[in-house]
Amino acid sequence: MSCFVKKNIKSNRFITLCTAPAAILFVIFMVIPTLNVFRMSLFKRGAYDTTETFVGFSNFEKLLTDTAFIRSMQNTLLLIVVITIITMSLALIFAGILTREKLKGQSFFRVVFYIPNILSIVVISGIFSAIYKTEGGLLNSIINIFTNLERNILWKGEDMVMVSVIIALVWQALGYYMVMYMASMSAVPQSMYESSGLDGANRVTQFFQITIPMIWTNIRTTLTFFIISTINMAFLLVKAMTDGGPNGASDVVLLYMYDQKNNGVYGYCMAIGVVIFLLSFALSALVNKATERQTLEY
Amino acid sequence: MENQKRLPSGEKLYKAFLYLVLGLLALTILVPVGWVFLASIKTDPEFYTNPWNLPVSFYWQNFVSAWNAAQMGQYLINSVMVTAMALGLLLVVALPAAYCLSRFRFRGRRLLNTCFMAGLFINVNYIVVPIFLMLRDGDAFLRGIFGQGFLLNNLFVLAVIYASTALPFTIYLLSGYFSTLPHDYEEAAYLDGASHFKTMVQIMLPMAKPSIITVVLFNFLSFWNEYIIALTICYQSSTLPVGLVNLMQKQNAPGTYGQLYAGLVMVMLPTLLLYICVQKNLTKGMTVGGLKG
Repeated sequence: MSCFVKKNIKSNRFITLCTAPAAILFVIFMVIPTLNVFRMSLFKRGAYDTTETFVGFSNFEKLLTDTAFIRSMQNTLLLIVVITIITMSLALIFAGILTREKLKGQSFFRVVFYIPNILSIVVISGIFSAIYKTEGGLLNSIINIFTNLERNILWKGEDMVMVSVIIALVWQALGYYMVMYMASMSAVPQSMYESSGLDGANRVTQFFQITIPMIWTNIRTTLTFFIISTINMAFLLVKAMTDGGPNGASDVVLLYMYDQKNNGVYGYCMAIGVVIFLLSFALSALVNKATERQTLEY
Repeated sequence: MENQKRLPSGEKLYKAFLYLVLGLLALTILVPVGWVFLASIKTDPEFYTNPWNLPVSFYWQNFVSAWNAAQMGQYLINSVMVTAMALGLLLVVALPAAYCLSRFRFRGRRLLNTCFMAGLFINVNYIVVPIFLMLRDGDAFLRGIFGQGFLLNNLFVLAVIYASTALPFTIYLLSGYFSTLPHDYEEAAYLDGASHFKTMVQIMLPMAKPSIITVVLFNFLSFWNEYIIALTICYQSSTLPVGLVNLMQKQNAPGTYGQLYAGLVMVMLPTLLLYICVQKNLTKGMTVGGLKG
């Protein structure tokens, strides 16, 4: 009995020693800052003194009339919707092709498509700056081969900048999701395709009736996290490539929040932070709910 | 009969079409990346001619001036130090925690698991401003006592933040792997009189090697490539990506194109080399979580 108690005490001490450092670091650098986002959104705090005055919801009221904020919010939502649709459908189609068809050089394609995901977003924005350069940019010089442009396209100009951001972000994300879907698609038993092939189902039917339902759980999880990731990646790319310009045409909500930090209005900055938190939770919950299906077993 | 004959040719056309599409997609990735490598050895006047011209010579001076004038050398050393410290710290903290959370039943286990799972949804860039303010207030407090603060512009603090914010993903991945290992090994070790610590270090950790490799790879990439936190809390002498952002903002100044592309190569070359060596591990490991940092 005493031996058992001793062992238990030893166990408890071991468990505490093992989990405490992780818990402490997690609390200091993730829990407290997160709570601070919500708390400070109700306060006003200047750039140079640390005194905070309680102002209730007035930071949020100001947001409603801030046109720059509303524009950054619109841009963010546009990016989330467009990029999610393009990336997910292309990734699923290409993954379906690469797993189902007997093509040579499959592993070569997989290795190449994954490359953008290992590059720093700063490198990606550097690469796309070279592509989008007006004079002597890679894209304009290719277009010039086919049709003689009267005026070079301003890819980073006010009209085109969101298209340019979308292309860069799809380029960045596509390979990662393709490789991920390839992995889960290759786990779908071959016999299902064979029997449906005997029934006369063609490739497209098989893709929608077998492949997609069989990996649905994976699609759901990735979609949920893809939305959070897009809010973040859009910020990282835009910050390095256009800094929200020209004239806020490519501003996204996280960048707008970050700029308020540089302006030294921390309470206002945190109010935007709260909106971002709520937005990403709401979107995740929405996607989670909308994609609910009965899970298939095989 | 005729139908059978026609099918294979349609099939061939379809295959050719697939190769064309896949090949074009591969080119859109390989060409820009390769172009940056070529651009990094071009001289400045060459940037004002056709971008598709091959470099006239190997102009290494770009790398030399990026290294010295743009301080990329110092940034490279900083990046190596921060990444190494953050990875070391992360493993020391996350491995025992993940081990306990998946192998022992104790009070508070479910709470901890739920908290770390919730942490997966918190993106570090959402909370970078409160972290910055916390460090700045801490510095002001320390200045009152010691006469100077040391939390901002400190590479070790940066590494601690990298490690801490990577905890949820890392613990999630590691404990998922630990919980698949059979219990027999530990029981045998306890019967032989091994302590908990010895069992963990000598028996369980070696068995978890595949998932540890995955964790190291993913976190290496995210630490090496990160720039917002580094820019915010280490603005004086920062990491490579921050140096690169500085170079990009100077881009309009004459004579900096070569430096910029040399800087791009310096940031992406280590990750590309690592990727070539371990691409099997990387693309296999990612199926466990389905998450992206």
